[in-house]
Amino acid sequence: MKTWDAIVIGAGHNGLVNACYLQRAGLDVLVVEKNDWIGGAATSRSLTPGFLYSNCSYVCSLFRPEIMRDLELPRFGLQVISYEGGAVFTRDGDYLANYRDHHAHRREFARFSARDAEAYGRYARDVTRQCRFIQPLLMRTAPDPTSFRPRDIGELIYLGKKFAGLGATEMADTLRFWTMSISDFLDEYFETDVIKANFALSGIIGTALGPMSPGTAYVLLHHYMGEVDGSVGAWGYARGGMGAVTKALADSFRASGGTIRTGAEVEQVLVKNGKARGLVLAGGEEVHGKLVVSNADVKRTFLKLVEEKELPDAFLRRVKNFKMRGSSGKVNIALDSLPEFPALPKDSPCYRGDMHFTDSVERMERGYDDWKAGRWSADPFLDMMMPTMLDPTMAPPGKHFMSCFVQYCPPKVEGSDWTDADRDAFAETVVSQIADYSPGFRDRIVHMEVRTPRELEAEVGLTEGNIFQGELTFDQLLFNRPVPGYAQYRSPIDGLYICGSSTHPGGGVMGAPGRNAAHEILRDLSRPTKHMSPAHDVI
Amino acid sequence: MSKTAAKPLAEQAIVQAAHSPAQLHFRTLRVDTPFQPRIDALMKTNDWYDWGGYRAPASLWDEELEYFAIRSQAALFDISPMVKYRIEGPDAESFLNRLTLRDVAKLKPGRVHYTAWCDDAGHVLDDGTLFRLTETRFRLCCQERHLPWLLDSAIGFNVTVTEETEAIAALALQGPTSFAILREAGFAGVERLKIFDLAEFPHDGGSVVISRTGFTGDLGYELFVPADLALSLWDRLWQAGELRGIRAIGYTALNRARLEAGLIVANADFVTAEHAIRADRLRMPDEIGLGFMVDLEKGHFNGRRVIAQARSKDTLQHVLVGLEIEGNIPAEHAIVYHRQKKEVGLVSAAIWSPMAKRNIALASLQRPYGDTATDDLWVEIYAMRELKYERLMKRAKVVARPFIKLDRRTASPPAEF
Ligand SMILES: Cc1cc2nc3c(=O)[nH]c(=O)nc-3n(C[C@H](O)[C@H](O)[C@H](O)COP(=O)(O)OP(=O)(O)OC[C@H]3O[C@@H](n4cnc5c(N)ncnc54)[C@H](O)[C@@H]3O)c2cc1C
Repeated sequence: MKTWDAIVIGAGHNGLVNACYLQRAGLDVLVVEKNDWIGGAATSRSLTPGFLYSNCSYVCSLFRPEIMRDLELPRFGLQVISYEGGAVFTRDGDYLANYRDHHAHRREFARFSARDAEAYGRYARDVTRQCRFIQPLLMRTAPDPTSFRPRDIGELIYLGKKFAGLGATEMADTLRFWTMSISDFLDEYFETDVIKANFALSGIIGTALGPMSPGTAYVLLHHYMGEVDGSVGAWGYARGGMGAVTKALADSFRASGGTIRTGAEVEQVLVKNGKARGLVLAGGEEVHGKLVVSNADVKRTFLKLVEEKELPDAFLRRVKNFKMRGSSGKVNIALDSLPEFPALPKDSPCYRGDMHFTDSVERMERGYDDWKAGRWSADPFLDMMMPTMLDPTMAPPGKHFMSCFVQYCPPKVEGSDWTDADRDAFAETVVSQIADYSPGFRDRIVHMEVRTPRELEAEVGLTEGNIFQGELTFDQLLFNRPVPGYAQYRSPIDGLYICGSSTHPGGGVMGAPGRNAAHEILRDLSRPTKHMSPAHDVI
Repeated sequence: MSKTAAKPLAEQAIVQAAHSPAQLHFRTLRVDTPFQPRIDALMKTNDWYDWGGYRAPASLWDEELEYFAIRSQAALFDISPMVKYRIEGPDAESFLNRLTLRDVAKLKPGRVHYTAWCDDAGHVLDDGTLFRLTETRFRLCCQERHLPWLLDSAIGFNVTVTEETEAIAALALQGPTSFAILREAGFAGVERLKIFDLAEFPHDGGSVVISRTGFTGDLGYELFVPADLALSLWDRLWQAGELRGIRAIGYTALNRARLEAGLIVANADFVTAEHAIRADRLRMPDEIGLGFMVDLEKGHFNGRRVIAQARSKDTLQHVLVGLEIEGNIPAEHAIVYHRQKKEVGLVSAAIWSPMAKRNIALASLQRPYGDTATDDLWVEIYAMRELKYERLMKRAKVVARPFIKLDRRTASPPAEF
């Protein structure tokens, strides 16, 4: 029976990035994916004729350009297109737009507040400063402060130096920034509700926290530290939906000789004498490998796929306590014509951007209150867009794919499992919010895919439906992600690695966890890593 | 039991009848100034640039000849995009004294001074001109936008701060015949304006504020009117100037004149504190040649303690200097070296000066270079000539600014030409 050099559990984008790098280093790599399709939370599927959905993730910015280049993803069809601004609709029939043009942006803010219009410069400077601090850390393995290995000490010194390089006031700002709430952070710059709401959304997306919860300012940063071709903070569409990212990765992987098996659910990691030897698939088939890399989240990996007796107590406890509460849902809609939003002028570029209906931080926080009580938000926050305004590949001409990310949506409904009726009621909440601002909206709907944390967990395997495979709070970042002492992609089991978003630097379609894990694995194997570009300089 | 809270808003179409002009601004990304009809009529090069979101002329007909119009006749330049704040109230003077570096108590009504302001760390937020219109009313003109800073600084002072960039149109009339044109235009008493004086004159049922100020180092004036009087003001000057060679100019020509005058431009010659992403780009007044403004005697002002400390502890790191560079090839953005080896700074602006017949530049250097160590400085110029860099290493000498001094700038009464 064949023994693979490495087996990757899960064909999410991080699993595939990891597999690509290992295969290109000369290993013989197998990827096993439980679904009949690949991509995990970065996938595009056609569920109704003529339409393609980005079923989970829908916009791209975090994916590291170094990885795209190393793995030749453009050659395998990956194209990321920047999109234009967006709008927050206000309940009085107006809207606040975000324009790409700096001066248009200022004039738009000035419609609401002369002061806020001129505050954006300082805000952008401060956020950019924080991004520049964090960016170089993304493609580096986090140091283990408990180890005294020279390399960890070196990395700690690097971190320390970067931190010290900030200067006293910036250092204080950074510490505050990493721990404060997005609402408090924004209060330092802006006075207008809708303008604060406009920025606050980046602080709560995918997070089981409200805009007034400490720690949400960092989440904002997590959404700003990406780029589209050097334009830092910009977001774009992957042409063909987010599945284009994983499709390009899979094609690149296969082109370099890798093998992918879909429809193959892993039931258990084979462990002998404290060392991973392979897997058992559903149905009992054993697959042997010299090492195993799990792209599944940390809870699924260690609480479901590994027998508890193989793991140290302290580690198990930490994994159990790792926070990954689901907070979001997704509604994908096929539309037979372009919906109209009468608040917007017909030629508004906002149609080509992201649209929101939550015009105050207070409303967001109230939405969070519902989540805490175990309900989906009655007045949810939607991040809604129509990628087909720019991407001709996802719907027939004149028809549109609308992606609605929905917050908040609890893993359980008042303590009980989601039912189909709950799911339908949740969808109705979303549709009615859109219809409030877009007369005739319902009549345009051809098909809908509704995803609550239940569906996300069942399909993508995201425990509790948490979109980032673990919340992005300071206690769960850097050398604490996912578990202190195990932040370097290794586990207590020899030859078992983790490479998903549960690891540093965290969630989003970023590829960095998968890449960094490959770097550590190749290091353990004393294999060269010349095919892995270091992070681009931040100058 | 309902599993979700009551919905706050009944489903109803939120419709807005018509879109306001304010909402439609996105259709015009570069807006017009009140003078645009006149400038458009004169525009021959179609050479526009973006000045703070306005469609502004880089040149109108010939950037070289436009420069000579400044130095030989009179040049009309639209400065409406300059950011303007009205600062008014019983505490306006004490507020501005607290805000800015110079002593505003010494600025009498009817006078203008060039000043700058800093954040609490003593880093320059901007430089600009402060016009004292009356005892309690001021206008602050600058390059960048500062409303949040001004409003926050005004807390505790009985003063109002209003942004009036769009409401107030402004023109610079610069050059040897500028005085004669104003007199010809019927601004009686304009001959009494000494350098940095201002006065209000009747115009078209309203009034215009004329100051003897400018950005050229030449005889010149700046005129401020409410936007609706802009075109009649332009016409009045244009008519009066017909026989005295009045020409409209763009920024390229003005930029040459300002360099000869040794004047700096925010975010061209230094990075303003609210824009500096990299901490080492921040500058204290003494580091960009604005130390002369700092009045440590006048009482507390923003950044005072840090500025005083940096002086006494000798921790200033940079210096902005004027350079005279051998040869005639402009050294724009060239690296400055000590002994042709050690990199010590950067040229931020440079031209061949037609008035001084010298190759001049502004440069920011790392102290002590340019400060106490001024010998053996060199500038490395990469001159692109037909797709090849001609690399030149030229000797640079630190010289005093302004690079040119024209008697007509300050002569009182002002000369006819
Ligand atoms: C609704 C939603 C919207 C999002 N929006 C965005 C966005 O717009 N932009 C963005 O950057 N990020 C977004 N994210 C986050 C981002 O998509 C994820 O963080 C990221 O895709 C996770 O990738 P991964 O490779 O780490 O893991 P996953 O994508 O979770 O991949 C894990 C893979 O492992 C497989 N697997 C699990 N268990 C087994 C098993 N036992 N046997 C075999 N296979 C198994 C799964 O099927 C899956 O394919 C979103 C996420 C969600 C859910």
